[in-house]
Amino acid sequence: MPSKVTALPVRRTFGQTKRTDVWWLQPVVVFVVFTSFVIYSTWAAFQGSNYYSGNLLSPFYSPLIWGDPAHSFTGALEPGWWPSFLPVFSPAFVILWAPVSFRLTCYYYRGAYYKAYWPGPSSCSVGTPRKAYMGERHFPLILQNAHRYTLPFALLLLVFLSHDAWKALWFETGLGSEEVGLSVGTIVLTANVVLLGGYTFGCHSLRHLIGGGIDKLAGRPVQKAAYECVSWCNGRHMIWAWCSLIWVAFADIYVRLCAIGIWADWRIL
Amino acid sequence: MTQHQVLEYDVVVIGAGGAGLRAAIEAATKGASVGLICKSLLGKAHTVMAEGGVAAALANVDDRDSWKVHFADTMRGGHYLNAWRMAELHAQEAPERVRELEGWGALMDRTPDGLINQRNFGGHAYPRLAHVGDRTGLEMIRTLQDHGIHEGIDVHMEVTVSKLLMDGGRCAGALAYDRERGRFKAFKAKAVVMATGGIGRAFLVTSNSWEYTGDGHALAYHVGAELVDMEFVQFHPTGMVWPPSVRGILVTEGVRGEGGILKNSEGRRFMFEDIPPLYKESTADTPEEGWRYVVGDREARRPPELLTRDHVARKIVKEVQEGRGSPHGGAFLDIAWIKEHIKDSEDHIKKKLPSMYHQFKELAGIDITKEPMEVGPTTHYAMGGIRVDPDSQMSTTVPGLFAAGECAAGLHGANRLGGNSLSDLLVFGKRAGEYAAEFAAGNTPVHLQDEQIDLAVQEALSPLERDPGADVGPYRLQYELQHLMQDKAGIAREEGGLTEALDELQELKTRAQAMGAGGSREYNPGWHTTLDLQSLLTVAEAVVMASQARKESRGAHSRLDYLDKDPEWGTVNLVLKKGHDGEMELRREVIPEIPEELQKIIEEQG
Amino acid sequence: MKTTTFKVWQGNSDGGELKTYEVEVDQGYVVLDAIHRIQAEQANDLAVRWNCKAGKCGSCSAEVNGSPKLMCMTRVDALPADQPITVEPMRTFPVVKDLVTDVSWNYEVKASIKRFSPKTADHGDGSWDMDQYDVERSQEFRKCIECFLCQDVCHVLRDHQLHDRFAGPRHYVYVANMEMNPIDTGDRVAELREELGIGYCNITKCCTKVCPEGITITDNAIIPLKERVVDQSYDPLARLIKLVKGSGD
Repeated sequence: MPSKVTALPVRRTFGQTKRTDVWWLQPVVVFVVFTSFVIYSTWAAFQGSNYYSGNLLSPFYSPLIWGDPAHSFTGALEPGWWPSFLPVFSPAFVILWAPVSFRLTCYYYRGAYYKAYWPGPSSCSVGTPRKAYMGERHFPLILQNAHRYTLPFALLLLVFLSHDAWKALWFETGLGSEEVGLSVGTIVLTANVVLLGGYTFGCHSLRHLIGGGIDKLAGRPVQKAAYECVSWCNGRHMIWAWCSLIWVAFADIYVRLCAIGIWADWRIL
Repeated sequence: MTQHQVLEYDVVVIGAGGAGLRAAIEAATKGASVGLICKSLLGKAHTVMAEGGVAAALANVDDRDSWKVHFADTMRGGHYLNAWRMAELHAQEAPERVRELEGWGALMDRTPDGLINQRNFGGHAYPRLAHVGDRTGLEMIRTLQDHGIHEGIDVHMEVTVSKLLMDGGRCAGALAYDRERGRFKAFKAKAVVMATGGIGRAFLVTSNSWEYTGDGHALAYHVGAELVDMEFVQFHPTGMVWPPSVRGILVTEGVRGEGGILKNSEGRRFMFEDIPPLYKESTADTPEEGWRYVVGDREARRPPELLTRDHVARKIVKEVQEGRGSPHGGAFLDIAWIKEHIKDSEDHIKKKLPSMYHQFKELAGIDITKEPMEVGPTTHYAMGGIRVDPDSQMSTTVPGLFAAGECAAGLHGANRLGGNSLSDLLVFGKRAGEYAAEFAAGNTPVHLQDEQIDLAVQEALSPLERDPGADVGPYRLQYELQHLMQDKAGIAREEGGLTEALDELQELKTRAQAMGAGGSREYNPGWHTTLDLQSLLTVAEAVVMASQARKESRGAHSRLDYLDKDPEWGTVNLVLKKGHDGEMELRREVIPEIPEELQKIIEEQG
Repeated sequence: MKTTTFKVWQGNSDGGELKTYEVEVDQGYVVLDAIHRIQAEQANDLAVRWNCKAGKCGSCSAEVNGSPKLMCMTRVDALPADQPITVEPMRTFPVVKDLVTDVSWNYEVKASIKRFSPKTADHGDGSWDMDQYDVERSQEFRKCIECFLCQDVCHVLRDHQLHDRFAGPRHYVYVANMEMNPIDTGDRVAELREELGIGYCNITKCCTKVCPEGITITDNAIIPLKERVVDQSYDPLARLIKLVKGSGD
């Protein structure tokens, strides 16, 4: 059991440090990019329109359970149980909680957004403004421990997004049939799956569940190989996290621009 | 009367490197109350610097290995000046001592079968060194530390012993001061184990840290213990030579064990020249055969880079002297060349020698996977030390005083084989702890005399009372001593220089006794250095005296005026003892005859 | 040889200040060389801890230009040349004198952690079979040289001073080494959650950044341990599965 230590140096105040490098740059970049993403994605989720263009579906709206009757699973515009007192319904509302909770409880993002939004501290060996500190031991942050429960949904989402990318490979011929092709949109949606896959398969909880939780992997070749793969992605979790975050927003923008008609998806093959 | 705290134990262990920790653990297991004194923080001792591995005939990699081969290798490496009984016990007990570590949490590198892996090293006939990459010493000290903290041992960190206390003819404890506040502590103990390590700081170019000032040697000597083999100071052939600030830092023999080769400025592998007759039979004829040995071909003989340290060090010095050295006065050690044989050699090197890679990258800006290193000899290890009974490790002349590890002598003779120091400290650390606990249990309590303590305290405080500005200061004086030893009692010695060294040492002694240290008793390295100087001067004198007396070249002791081995000296150890008038006395002592069965082993192993 | 300005913190628990020294800097100098030079030539009693001077013992920890570093592995020529170099003691521990801090708390915490306890040996000679692959996981953690730079940089100790509730990255690495050792039978997961306070870690990853041994402290030690704590304390499904399967693993 650790014991109290007295006679420690006086705490440094917010931002106080002897560091001479531009330590504040990283948290500022995180703050700007993350905030921009939140603002844009919220706006996009509230639109409830322009999420479909030809064979392209915006990843913010996939899977499309309710929505445009021509494309949604249920064929209904909105669920019957949707309370009438709520002014708008957007198909994004019923699915976005899954990736949001996955990213919000992600071990990488936690460290990053605590630093950017909750400067305790903003960077290593830089003073913090906060006096009291409870860490992830108490409500609400103790809920971060539920990260693994968000994982199945994130994995399931990958299946739908792969399906979307597959569908983006098929183009109407105008004769009522479809043919295989390739457009910029196809590449955008495919890259989206790859980046999200790299991020999701590098999840720390997945790494634990797939083999990290046991101490002997020698003699279990399949499990060992799976653990190695996840560990490889995990080692680059930060890169995957940012690339996939930015790309998913870009994919939505791309589809949205096509849907509005500002941009036409350019077919390559 | 001075103020001091009295602490009482059955056994006090001085020094918390591998030997001290192992002794403390054993004494505590045997039921003794144990106090462990360390000059630094726990776990920082020089054992962490041991890189290559711990020698033990586990026979996991080559089943031809056995304690007998290990024994014969050790004796041959020591030019038969070893205490044969110690070499026998060491070879027999090392495997068990190593295996036991894994039960305490150590994790050695494995063979494909899941056993402890072993690597080649200079002078060992078969792959024998259990290792963890190139940080074996760290693994060992951490294992012993983490095990030891649960054994009920009282650890006194950053406490330095300045005098051993005596009760009549028996060792009764030690007087020490803590570095933090300069407070004195009198340790009262029925048995004292000395495990203070080496004397490297007496030399200018050394792989040793500030702690290795020969405290144990000097403290024991001043209460009447005998020192033996002090002329044998091992100069490790491969220390860093550039940049100046890292000169002397060790480059593990593991580099050569993994296939590293030595080249001179002409690009020649000079180690293939003048192979000593004792090793002619067991050394490869061609580079190709040498490489086959490295990769485990049982038919191949070892490359000449893996000859004993004394020989390799001398060869490098010779190349430099004859103008074929590297730009900064060393030789080239090349591990990058193995890319000719191994496909992903860069990863291989980083994996097998991670801390060497890091060390050169950070400190010298050299990528050892691509370029050769520059290396030269560095003071590394004292074969000589406190003369002890081989079985119990008790001093031959001071009852109740035990010694283990580098500060004890006997096992290594005229030259130590790489890897034998780590096994030495395990085997004899355990024995010292065991017999110290037994001695404590079987003997009456000791009494401390206040006058003795008062005198020792006054002596220790005296530098603070003297004028610090009167001389060059403790650091510069230590530097002068290091220069003197390096030049006149270093890797190549001769009568004239040694005689001069003796005279100059007397002068340095007088100056050191008058040396003042500024500042207070609170964590004052200047004051500490002044005190350490006393020990350094004692061991320096011992080294010089013994070197002057041994008129031959043997093992680590090289005389320019007596270039060859002299069979007459081949059966003699030099023993030093403090005389009645306080002067250092030297005598020759003939090594007791080796029992027939051990002699037979030596002959059978060729 | 050129002259560089060093500002070295000197003082004791009652307070202190940065003192300025002009130091002649040789080629290849590390910060510790400069400190030694100050000690030998200008301030004999300047207190500093050091041992191996090769990055293997972890004694010479300090804050160089505000970042936790080993002084022996920080090259002077790698620091900005146009401004003075500040050297201060670690802030997470009480100052003893100058650059020396009282790190004894770390030793107390370690001694309080449940010790290594191996399963019965696989062979009669007391040895175990272990695969290199499995061993390497803990070996990474055993590279730790106990420099305590990770403890120094961790804001839970540094800024919030929760020494009585939080064991710090060094000790999570220590626990991880035992927990992932293939022959260890001890269970320290409940201890991690309670006494050792792993929940206070909010994954700032500063410990990983400062580790001179390059141990991936956060991703390979702390988070896997947090996941093991989740298994035991926060995951009802895992508990249920364990109950059904029995604890035989």
